[in-house]
Amino acid sequence: MTAAEAARQVAKHPIQARNPIQVLGRSALSAVRMVGGVGVFAVRGTIAALSPPWFFNQLLRQFVAIGFFSLPVVGLTAIFTGAALALNIYTGGGRFNAEQVMPQIVALGITRELGPVLAALMLAGRVSAAIAAEIGAMRATEQIDAMRTLSTDPFRYLVGPRLLAGVLMLPLLTVVADTIGVSGGWLVATRVLDFSSAVYIRNTVDFLQGWDILSGLIKAAVFGFIVALMGCYHGYNAKGGARGVGRATTHAVVSSAILIFASDYLLTTFFTHAAK
Amino acid sequence: MTEATPQLAWPKLAWKGVTKRFEDRTVLDGLDLSVAPGKSLVIIGGSGQGKSVTIKTALGLMRPDAGRIELDGKDTVNISEHARRKLFSRVGVLFQGAALFDSLTIWENVAFRLINADGVPRKEAKDRAIEALEQVRLAPAVADRFPSELSGGMQKRAGLARAVVAQPEILFFDEPTTGLDPITAAAINELISDQVRRLGSTAVSITHDLASAQTIGDEIAMLHDGKIIWRGPAAELRMTDNAYVSQFVKGRAEGPIAHAV
Repeated sequence: MTAAEAARQVAKHPIQARNPIQVLGRSALSAVRMVGGVGVFAVRGTIAALSPPWFFNQLLRQFVAIGFFSLPVVGLTAIFTGAALALNIYTGGGRFNAEQVMPQIVALGITRELGPVLAALMLAGRVSAAIAAEIGAMRATEQIDAMRTLSTDPFRYLVGPRLLAGVLMLPLLTVVADTIGVSGGWLVATRVLDFSSAVYIRNTVDFLQGWDILSGLIKAAVFGFIVALMGCYHGYNAKGGARGVGRATTHAVVSSAILIFASDYLLTTFFTHAAK
Repeated sequence: MTEATPQLAWPKLAWKGVTKRFEDRTVLDGLDLSVAPGKSLVIIGGSGQGKSVTIKTALGLMRPDAGRIELDGKDTVNISEHARRKLFSRVGVLFQGAALFDSLTIWENVAFRLINADGVPRKEAKDRAIEALEQVRLAPAVADRFPSELSGGMQKRAGLARAVVAQPEILFFDEPTTGLDPITAAAINELISDQVRRLGSTAVSITHDLASAQTIGDEIAMLHDGKIIWRGPAAELRMTDNAYVSQFVKGRAEGPIAHAV
């Protein structure tokens, strides 16, 4: 039996794959297959997003669905996080008499890290799941096949606009999250902690550098790509009717969240080294 | 058992030795089948015999493991995506569940190809979509509704309007009457026959529904174990002494076809 035949046997009869080496091999093969699949999908999607023909109606629809309708959830998350962050830093900073730098630390934490990451996580829950469910249902009901027979490439019509909207909308949502998050800190500082409003704003504005905001926006663009890509990939490859669509939705959210944290660390490391 | 398949000098569409396997199961086993220009062929057969796979391989939605599929004598298997999109412009398909796009109105569904592939302005595309809807006896008021607001029969009609709006050379019908009551099914059959005749298109349909097969088909072919085991004029379906066809037509559990349940 060749290695390929053995791999097929294992895939067909998973119950027989009790040998730990077989289990390990099966998992490794499956992981490699998935990484390769996602890579090819990402390249095809990117080409579809960046080359004509563009479907402007679809693009506009995705801008609204991904950007505009995510504003409330991103705004609410940001304001509570900014407020809690301000309280924590004020209390913690008090241990070494550093309460007064709280505005600067809140601003730095929000713009560089929490703004883009929280907005992306909210988008993963709201948008990635919705994309996977919608495209998965289209796959299950032959709508994607129908689209192909109507001489329209589903990658250009479905995947490209969503990737573009993810990359362009998440940085905009991050600007909103940054502004509202810092405002949450200001609200707590001035209403609860007796900070002067003018001093808080001046400290924040004087301290923040353009790169603090820009690095967060670059992260947001990458996270936006990940969120849209995972939704599209898992939806497009959904199999097995309603159960398959449910599975695709779960996988889209979980893989988006993990990839957001992993790429956040890698990008932060890169930015830190680049700044030296 | 197998009756001779007519060899056409210039078939519009031909499957030549097409094989398709799923893991260890062979669904199409060297399928040879052809359809003459302007004729309507209906493929019948039990569940899981490869009828849908036959259509999907012809459409390029599924790649055969071996064999050729030719349209006007030209291979359609090993072609670029661009060439396939051009090929699709000559084809109309009515899917089993109609496969209308949920997020678009009925007229946008019908005009989808015109707007997105052919670059027809929306105003003109809407007029043509409404005209196509009228041809399948759907009122213009339906045009602005969404698919979820229509009954199954109306969705099938809208799907038929979408299939014929660009006046294709070949039409594929995948189980056109499945899930419909007998009266609606008869209406759909009549509409399909009307449209195929009006356009002069070549048609390939798959169905379990023998009344549908005899209404819309000039010829009927029976698929069993991945091969065509009988083919003949629609009128002869109920008269043949082929044991497989006879069992299928009479709906008997006993016979050469091993039943799945």
